[in-house]
Amino acid sequence: MITRSVGPNRRRNDRIWNAVAWVVLLALALPAFWIIMTAFRPNSEINTFPPVWIPQRLTLEAYANMFGLNPEVQQRVAVEAYLRNSLLASGISTVVAVSLGTLAGYAFARFRFRFHTGLFLGIMLSRAVPGVALSLPLFLLFNRVGLTNNVLGLAFVYVAVNIPFTAWLMDGFFRQIPQELTESAYIDGCGHWSAFWRIELPLSLPGLSTAAIFAFLAAWNEFQIVSVLARNNAAKTFPPGLFAFTEQFTVDWRGMAAMSVIMMVPAVIFVILVQRNLVSGLTFGAVKG
Amino acid sequence: MAAKVKAKQQNAVAQGTTQNRIDAGLFPFLLILPAIIVIVLVIAFPLLYSLYVSFTPYELLRPNSLNFTLGKALRNYQKLLNDDVFWRSLWNTVIFLAITVNLSYLLSLALSQLLARVTVGQSILRTLLMVPMMFAPILVGMQFRWFFNANVGLVNNFLISVGLIQEQGQIAWLVDVPLGMISIIIASIWMNIPVLTIILLAGTLSLPAETFEAAEVDGASGWQKFRFITFPLLAPFSYIALTIMSLDIARAFDIVRIMTDGGPARRTEMLWTYITRLAIEDTKFGLGSAMAWITVSLSVLFTLYFFRQLVKARIVR
Repeated sequence: MITRSVGPNRRRNDRIWNAVAWVVLLALALPAFWIIMTAFRPNSEINTFPPVWIPQRLTLEAYANMFGLNPEVQQRVAVEAYLRNSLLASGISTVVAVSLGTLAGYAFARFRFRFHTGLFLGIMLSRAVPGVALSLPLFLLFNRVGLTNNVLGLAFVYVAVNIPFTAWLMDGFFRQIPQELTESAYIDGCGHWSAFWRIELPLSLPGLSTAAIFAFLAAWNEFQIVSVLARNNAAKTFPPGLFAFTEQFTVDWRGMAAMSVIMMVPAVIFVILVQRNLVSGLTFGAVKG
Repeated sequence: MAAKVKAKQQNAVAQGTTQNRIDAGLFPFLLILPAIIVIVLVIAFPLLYSLYVSFTPYELLRPNSLNFTLGKALRNYQKLLNDDVFWRSLWNTVIFLAITVNLSYLLSLALSQLLARVTVGQSILRTLLMVPMMFAPILVGMQFRWFFNANVGLVNNFLISVGLIQEQGQIAWLVDVPLGMISIIIASIWMNIPVLTIILLAGTLSLPAETFEAAEVDGASGWQKFRFITFPLLAPFSYIALTIMSLDIARAFDIVRIMTDGGPARRTEMLWTYITRLAIEDTKFGLGSAMAWITVSLSVLFTLYFFRQLVKARIVR
């Protein structure tokens, strides 16, 4: 009756599963490593056939070209402008979106009120609107008020785009905080606001940091809206900036890879910082309604 | 780590059932108000404006064309319904979504079951799993455009190296019609897998061990345990994963735009790329807005569907 595998049999199975998992995940990560490696290789190794699979020589040429340290390169990419605009648009929008999203998430997590479900659903559905569809009317409206080709206009859009997901995540994080604390604060005469500000908000800081990083990355990586709203380097961020490496028939893959690596820095920090909070944040808020 | 996640989840379930929300009059509305104002200003109002524009023959280079005539209000929609490229882009989008969503989910489900069994190097493997998350969608597109490039791409070079194809017989991945679609789908799945797998893995690790032990005592096979215990109990997590994916699915636009840009001859055109072509490149904002509204309606319905499933799954649990 009992067919449970025990002892050496089970251990052999474990070894097989481990090996399979390692192979699969290395294969999944391989394309990324290839891009990162490309940034540090000489062009002669990148565009040859047969391909050079293992790098023979590493170089910082791509970065020297990008930052204008190589006198032979005439035209260079405005990487400083992209960096500035990306930091401004993502930074400003993250601070505002997380503040507003946290307030909304707290309301949904703690209070009973009319239209609770309707409002929540409405906010979440606003997130489902594709950026392309939004970019058309925003372009027309922003043109009238002088917000096109403007980093602040871009930040404003990213605030709205990021609020729904932040509210969802924070709703989940606030529910994980035991309510007894708040209840005793009410008994001690705390108002709703000071209970939130003094007790629940400090307790939700790990969740808040997760939400902030999500918002920052969403803005940092956004392409559809900025590609319509930004005309030149005054407002272009990294994603449309990548096109500076493409000409009509040729692409400077190495330059692009080099800029990609710069673009990835915040994401790498994100993976290191929030690996743990990520899971509980994503799943909790949604499971318990 | 596994035990921690599990304890957290069980704790969470216990709290969720006993939690009562408080009545606080207008206070919650005040908390939500700023968020609503921003969403109305940046999303709701512009969308309504684009609905208005979609009823006009507006072209960017002819400012006078932004006027509404009742008799001609539906002309843009009529044009689209008679437009082969529109139907093709709708069809392509449906095919793309159906394949990408299902395959992403199935592969992530398999990967999560695999990872749940791993005994060596769990944390390194999880970090590896998150590597695609470091890539902006546009980078994913660029990366795969390069890999699938007919002349200098890695995929063809690899196939030549191992002798599967000849040097003259390079496969035009991004130019050929079904292959172009397949390339885009592969890139999208690569981008979707991490978040889905992380959620499904967390779900799997949170399942009660006693149930599995009881099943093992009853002699259930590995497949039976998965089919009759793991999979049904994972339902809420599956729907969270699918809801998050449906919210983010338009990110695939970046990938399509970069990899094929709807080409060749508009054969891989999807709703998103066709909007851009009509409105931005051909400056036909009225027509583009009509197209955008059709897309918005479909996206919202799609997401709403997953949300309702999510609510249902929650009640079962």
